[in-house]
Amino acid sequence: MPDVEAFAPQYASIRHRDETAELGMWVFIATEVLLFGGLMLGYIVYRHAYPTAFAAAGRHTDIVIGTANTAILLTSSFLVACAVDAFAAETRKICITLLSGAILLGLIFIVLKGIEYSDEYREHLVPGINFSFEPANADGAQLFFVFYFVATSVHAVHMLVGIGLLAVLARLTYRSPDSRHRAALHSAALYWHFVDVVWIFLFALIYLPGRST
Amino acid sequence: MTRWRPPLPLVAAWLVLLALLATTVTLAYRPLGSFNVVVALAIGTLKAATVAAVFMELRHRGPRTLLFAGAGLFWLGILLWLGTMDFLTRT
Amino acid sequence: MNEDNYLNAGYSLRSWFFTTDHKRIAILYFASLIVFFLIGGAAATAIRIELVTPQADLVSSDMYNRLFTMHGIIMVWFFLIPSIPNTLGNFIVPLMIGARDLAFPRLNLLSWYLFMLGGGVTLFAIFAGGVDTGWTFYTPFSTLYSNSYVAVAVTGVFIAGFSSILTGLNFIVTIHRLRAPGLTWYRLPLFLWSLYATSVILVLATPVLAMTLVLIVVERVLGVGIFDPKIGGDPLLFQHLFWFYSHPAVYIMILPGMGVINELISCFSRKQVFGYKFVAWASLAIAALGFLVWGHHMFVSGQSLLASLVFSFMSFMVAVPSAIKVFNWTATLHKGSIRFDAPMLYALGFIGLFTIGGLTGLFLACLAYDVHATDTYFVVAHFHYIMVGGMVTAYFGGLHYWWPKITGRLYSEYWARTAAVLIFFGFNLTFFPQFILGAEGMPRRYHVYPPEFQVWNVLSSGGAVILAIAYLMPLVYLGYSLFFGRRAPANPWDAPGLEWQTPSPPPEYNFDTQPVVTRPPYQYSPDFAAEPQNA
Repeated sequence: MPDVEAFAPQYASIRHRDETAELGMWVFIATEVLLFGGLMLGYIVYRHAYPTAFAAAGRHTDIVIGTANTAILLTSSFLVACAVDAFAAETRKICITLLSGAILLGLIFIVLKGIEYSDEYREHLVPGINFSFEPANADGAQLFFVFYFVATSVHAVHMLVGIGLLAVLARLTYRSPDSRHRAALHSAALYWHFVDVVWIFLFALIYLPGRST
Repeated sequence: MTRWRPPLPLVAAWLVLLALLATTVTLAYRPLGSFNVVVALAIGTLKAATVAAVFMELRHRGPRTLLFAGAGLFWLGILLWLGTMDFLTRT
Repeated sequence: MNEDNYLNAGYSLRSWFFTTDHKRIAILYFASLIVFFLIGGAAATAIRIELVTPQADLVSSDMYNRLFTMHGIIMVWFFLIPSIPNTLGNFIVPLMIGARDLAFPRLNLLSWYLFMLGGGVTLFAIFAGGVDTGWTFYTPFSTLYSNSYVAVAVTGVFIAGFSSILTGLNFIVTIHRLRAPGLTWYRLPLFLWSLYATSVILVLATPVLAMTLVLIVVERVLGVGIFDPKIGGDPLLFQHLFWFYSHPAVYIMILPGMGVINELISCFSRKQVFGYKFVAWASLAIAALGFLVWGHHMFVSGQSLLASLVFSFMSFMVAVPSAIKVFNWTATLHKGSIRFDAPMLYALGFIGLFTIGGLTGLFLACLAYDVHATDTYFVVAHFHYIMVGGMVTAYFGGLHYWWPKITGRLYSEYWARTAAVLIFFGFNLTFFPQFILGAEGMPRRYHVYPPEFQVWNVLSSGGAVILAIAYLMPLVYLGYSLFFGRRAPANPWDAPGLEWQTPSPPPEYNFDTQPVVTRPPYQYSPDFAAEPQNA
């Protein structure tokens, strides 16, 4: 499409602006790695201190919902990547459909998470509210579930932000699929994929311990 | 409306990711002792690398972007390594 | 000012509070920082008055705890960390690289609003009753036992942390992507290398603090044990997470100051900085190595001996790039054509005071000595030499150097030099006795002490009076210059940097035409004719 759009004065060209936007998103992603990294350190320290308790606690997580949610997020990433590929004036409806699919999957993720949380509440696995566990492993299990709830809720907040971003971008794509919005979608997609990557590791650390005993 | 098909690399990556997910869940139920966690994290790393290389297009990006992408991971490594050093070496 | 510049490009409140002009945002920060500095300084004043006598006569123990906590929180997060990056950095970076603005101007404005929101929340905590945990929020006291506004204060700091992250992100991307044609990395003024290194720390360390603060709130507000020994939690996990950020944070605070010193030393010796590449890479080395030393705050906490040894060794290593810089600045002075303008007085003061602060850091890096000196006034003196003697001095130096550019006015050189000398004298009188106090064993965060320590405390408090007056002086003569100062030319110091090749104050879009850089930086000559960086 012809390059007649205006761009901010500190940039030399549209391409300059768009590549800079992507670089900025990568810097932001680096900050997020460290944000979740702090929780990782806590998890590692306590898992090292209480291996049996962590295994026991891991067994009490819902592997079905966890696995389903992982598959859902991986698929949503696939759809978002496709949407980026399909971003063009001629295919804008396909792009929006793909984004809507990703948003829908994201919402399903959140709903399933909510169901999971309420199940955990019923099973007395929520620290600070009604936690109770077999006495031998209670301390370590409580630490596990603190990590679980903090990590998954921080992740869920990121999901909600991502869903919001995709929704806004779907609308903008519909209105004006120009290069500025392509760059914005691209950055939002990077963010979405990153949130997916975080979940990949959370899944491995939360749902898989202790399954083999 | 123009025809659009999902690019093959994206589809392949998606299928690989689902396969890895099935693998990691299956292996979690096999008694591998202390290797269970190694396997789980290794497969997780493979999944993350696939998402990063294909969905996040890192395979098409130059050294500066790769440096930026890797920097967060490198610093995470510092946090985890030096951070656990204390706990692992207490007597 | 007859010509159009960024100051007269709109007078409405809207044009200031909704600006995306990096220069105006710098002014917004500058004004807010003065307020925070005064509040933090008020706490310090109360502390020093209390410490004149060995007994607790001015304030109760509980109140004293709240005073030093407020002083620390405000000075660290709401003055030192944003100081040079968000005032001088915001203003000068785009000018120095020949750009029209930062990469993300709206993020820049958001940074300021987040900073103000965080500051507001924290001030609320402080004035509603205060926090008594120390700025370090150690658990389990902060999370389980303290009867103060911990959660609110922590939330304020959390919000301000995002301001830091966005600033760092903006600078990194700007320096990578918006350099003028011909401005290669090795032609960048060293101020930018330092800010780049600072920004790396800002974006990588601050998120860990954010998560740590979240965990404090979770434990405190939800009553959920994470660091609680009663359920198997480890308070040291908190300390590791906290110091992973807070040690690099001190490099966030000092690196921009070092960056300013490069500009001042070269300008007022009329020489290029000696060993440019060494200084440039030393900045990055400080940023990187600074992440590997945090356990030196925990030598006596119960940390493993091996970890302590590693952290001690790394702490010695991190001194090396700082020393390299000091040697290079000294070599820059050697055979330079030195002029003792106020910015130069500050720069020279910085070199001396930072060196003392840095060397005493080596004392503390030494495991055996640290057992004796930790949590004493030795530590307090050490970090004040770096933060106040170093960083605040550099801030004032940079402020005076770029004041003509920012405001279009010249200040009174006589009063500026007087204040600089008085600051140096008052600072040493305040903080040198504290080294002695620490070595003699006076603990920090205590307001009651054995009578034999009184003489040093009185000297220190006396020095603080002089220091306070000296710090207030610039408010007066700089403020006066805003209205009555002589108009400044574009290049009052005859300096070669790009920021000096545009009018004072700069027009809204910085440059009429894109500058093209053809020379390395710092092409000064002794007879005050410098070659500008652009053709």
